[in-house]
Order: sequence, then C-alpha cells, then structure tokens
Amino acid sequence: MPSFDKEYFNLGYLDTLSYKDTFVHRLDPRIKLVTTFIFILFVVSFPKYEILKMLPFFFFPVFILSVGEIPLKFILKKLLIASPFALFVGIFNPFFDTAAMYNFYGIPISGGWVSYLSIIIKFILTVTAALLLVATTSFPGVCLALKKLKVPNVFVVQLLFLYRYMFVLTAETMRIIRARNMRSFGKKGRGMKTLISIIGVLFVRTVERSERIYQAMCSRGFDGEIRLLTSYKIGFVDISFAITAITVFIIFRGYDVTKTLGELITKT
Amino acid sequence: MSHHIIDFKNVHFNYPDGTEALKGVTFRITHGESVGIVGANGAGKSTLIFHMNGYLLPTKGAIIIGDVQLGKTTRNEIRKKVGVVFQDPDDQLFMPTVFDDVSFGPLNMGLTKNRVIERVTEALNTVGCYELKDRPPHHLSSGQKRAVSIATVIAMQPDILVMDEPAASLDPRSRRQLIELLKEFKHTKIIASHDLDLILEVCKRCIVIADGKVRADGLTEELLMDEKLLIENSLELPLSLKGR
Ligand SMILES: Nc1ncnc2c1ncn2[C@@H]1O[C@H](COP(=O)(O)OP(=O)(O)O)[C@@H](O)[C@H]1O
Ligand SMILES: [Mg+2]
Repeated sequence: MPSFDKEYFNLGYLDTLSYKDTFVHRLDPRIKLVTTFIFILFVVSFPKYEILKMLPFFFFPVFILSVGEIPLKFILKKLLIASPFALFVGIFNPFFDTAAMYNFYGIPISGGWVSYLSIIIKFILTVTAALLLVATTSFPGVCLALKKLKVPNVFVVQLLFLYRYMFVLTAETMRIIRARNMRSFGKKGRGMKTLISIIGVLFVRTVERSERIYQAMCSRGFDGEIRLLTSYKIGFVDISFAITAITVFIIFRGYDVTKTLGELITKT
Repeated sequence: MSHHIIDFKNVHFNYPDGTEALKGVTFRITHGESVGIVGANGAGKSTLIFHMNGYLLPTKGAIIIGDVQLGKTTRNEIRKKVGVVFQDPDDQLFMPTVFDDVSFGPLNMGLTKNRVIERVTEALNTVGCYELKDRPPHHLSSGQKRAVSIATVIAMQPDILVMDEPAASLDPRSRRQLIELLKEFKHTKIIASHDLDLILEVCKRCIVIADGKVRADGLTEELLMDEKLLIENSLELPLSLKGR
C-alpha cells in the first residue's frame, strides 16, 4: 500500500509548511481563521451566472501563496485531488440550461456553461483559501485560537493530542503495513483477515501508548489542566491585515473591477 | 542528607494478568550515588522503574523515599523529588512544542512565569537543545527527542533522576553525547539498561536483576567483569572489557 506512505508524507509536508516563518505565518491564527471564513462567504455569495466579477478575488489566495512562500505546485496538486467533486456537481448544467447567454465571436454560449464555469471558479477559490489557511497556520496555533475563542478546554486538549499522536500512529501503521507487504509477495497480504488483525494490534498499541503518556503526564504533576506559557496577542499588524483584506473583499464584491479596468484600458 | 534515600524493602509486584514481575526486591540507594540496573529483556527493569515514583505500587513490601513511604496519598509529593525519564520519548513529549513540553512540569508545580522560563532555558541549555525550543516534537530526530525528554525532567529539578533505557535507538554519536551528559549530573542517578558499556561509564554501582530478583549488587567494575555472573543472567561482558 504505497499510497498510504505517500499520503503520510504529504500530511507531514503540509505540517512542515505550517512552521515556516513569514508575515502570513506570524499573523494571529484567529485573524487568519476569521478572514478566510469571510472570504469564503463573499465568494459563495456571488450569483449563479457570475464569472468576471469573481476573478479579482484571486488576489487573496495569490497574496497568501506568495507572501507565505507556499509552493504553487503543492496547492495545485491538492486542488486536483479534490476537483472531481466540483466537476461532477455542475456537470449537468450545460444540458439543462441551454438558452444562449453570451455570444462569443458568433458562437453562442449557453447559461449552463456559464454557471458550470462559475461553480468551478468558486470551488477553486474556496478550496485554495482553506488549504492556504492550513498551510500557513500551525495546528497548535489553530487550537490555541479556538481556546481563546472560548472553546472548552477539554476539547482543545483532545485536538492537541489528536494532532501530536496522529503522526506517531500513522508511522506505526506504516511500519505494520510495510512489514505485512514485505512478507506477502504481492498477494495483497491475505486480504481481510490480516487487515482485521492489524487493526486489532493497532488498537492495543494505542491503548497501551495512551496509558504510558498518561503516566508520563502524572510523573510531571498533571492535575487535569494543561497550562501553557505561549500566549497569542492580536496586534496592530493583525488588525490592519484583517481590515484591509475585508475592505478589499467589499470593494471587489460591490464594484465590477474587471469591467472598470477593461474600460480604462480600452479608453486610453 | 537523609531525604534522598531510596529504600526498597522486599518489594513484590504482580501484573493484573498474574505475571510475577518482581519477586522480593531489596536494596538501598543513598544520596549522590549513581546506580545501574542491568538485566536481560523481561528481567523486570521497567517494572522496577515504574515503582520509583509510584506509577505502580508494590503488591507486597514497601518503598521508602526520603522518610516517606510511597503510597497513593504520598506519591504526588514524591514525584516532585523523583524525576523519571521513560523509555519511549514519544510518550514523554506530548505538548505542541519543545518549550511547552519542558515547561509542563514546572508550570504544574505552580512556579511563577519568570521562574518557569528560567528553568526551561537552563534545562534546555544543559542538554544542548535550546535552539529547538519552538520545534514540534515530531520534527525532531531520536537523539534530539531523547535529549529533550531528559530536559523535561531536569527542568523540575528533582533530587533523584531515574531513566529507563536511555540509549535505546540512539546512533553512536548521540549515545556518546548522552553518556557525557549523564556523567555531568551530580544528582542521585538510577539508570536501567542492558547497554552495559553505558552503565560501566556512568554508574559506580550496579544491581543485576533477573527474573524479578536481585542477583548481585556491588561495584560496577567488579560485577561487569564477572563473566560467569553475567552469562548466568543472560548478559554478556561489556564490549570495552572484552579481550582484557
Ligand atoms: N503490562 C504488563 N502486563 C503483564 N505483564 C507485563 C506487563 N509489562 C511487563 N510484563 C511482564 O513483566 C516482566 C518484566 O517486564 P519488564 O519490567 O518490562 O522487563 P524489562 O524492562 O527488564 O525488559 C516480563 O515478564 C513481562 O512480560
Ligand atoms: Mg524495559
């Protein structure tokens, strides 16, 4: 199952990206969370046949991508993996909605194609924004943001542990699966039966590990509460970033920037 | 200083499934001693270590640390004095960053913010890992993980440092660094390992256990030269003593 290995390393890569140190990475996680959320709301709010007015919104992912030094290839790959969903959601639009809407140098373009394209653009924008949020914010950062946003402590601690041991557990799974493949000579490791026992072994190991972690925590005076010294503060830069971004969203949503630009260019 | 004494008195321990892991262990370790606990796999080393800070409590017999008998009510106090580094660093490092992890113990002890930062800085410098402070544990190498786990315990400034298989899964260079680090510590040290060369370098005294019982207790140099004793207990002469 080499695909499992690959996914694991991808996960590790996404995680490594999130520990870079750039302007975007340094922004307060809460600010990034909220700004991205608002961005997605704006994009989704466009009507069904809108295309041109959405194009300026690409500035936001492009900005985050370049300032956050996230490799474009990586994001494109992830986008491609998720794309079948978007491609199928709108696939029947061109067949049902055949009334011509535009005339492109004599070729009539139906409303169906326009709305299909609109869906795809919305998909690209929202998924990219979400991916970039994850790639530029460390997971513990997100957890602490949640804690600051008054999410109960127990929940936040669970998430932190989930994240920490996800890597340990995937590495463990990988080792077991590799050991199985090594000795099954391409015969799919005798199918279901082995798979079930692998899951059993993983379960037992996980329980044992959680026991040992708890014991390590108790040895260092754990009393039910996790205390952290690292504190996040929303600073001037964070606020300015959010205000600028949201103002630009509003302008782009309200005015047809593409059209104005086009007119400007054709006038001169 | 009587409060750094560890006294095991005829300690028995049975696991819930009935395995008799300790069958009457008796020894006394005094202030400033460095003691190696050696034995083959399954001899009961880890089980013994789990008793040092009350994670496991004896089925029979008694453990006295300082002048307090280890029990359900006293173990939280004793945990401040006895720092245990467990075998797998992945169990020991559970916080999002190295800094958070090392500060976990001191914060639980109720120290002020500045004191905590001081302790963490000092502990990380001692093990030579200060630059790693903002890294998440899963981005560290085995040697770094090991060093940081030791820092998590020394940040609490325990009187007694206990370690289970500290050199397991380390490459020769990290192992060498660890040995030098351990030699530096002036604490009372108790190290369980089947790495006899490490014990020979770090510990003056050595306790050989097999099948849940103490088989020998004495100077490391003497015991680890005794080929007959070692072979009887499924061990081998340390490499550095071979061919002498
Ligand atoms: N959780 C457990 N449940 C039952 N038996 C155990 C458990 N842990 C260890 N044992 C048994 O106790 C004995 C001593 O184990 P351990 O202390 O881990 O040895 P060592 O650390 O010296 O290799 C072994 O026979 C082992 O099988
Ligand atoms: Mg052991």
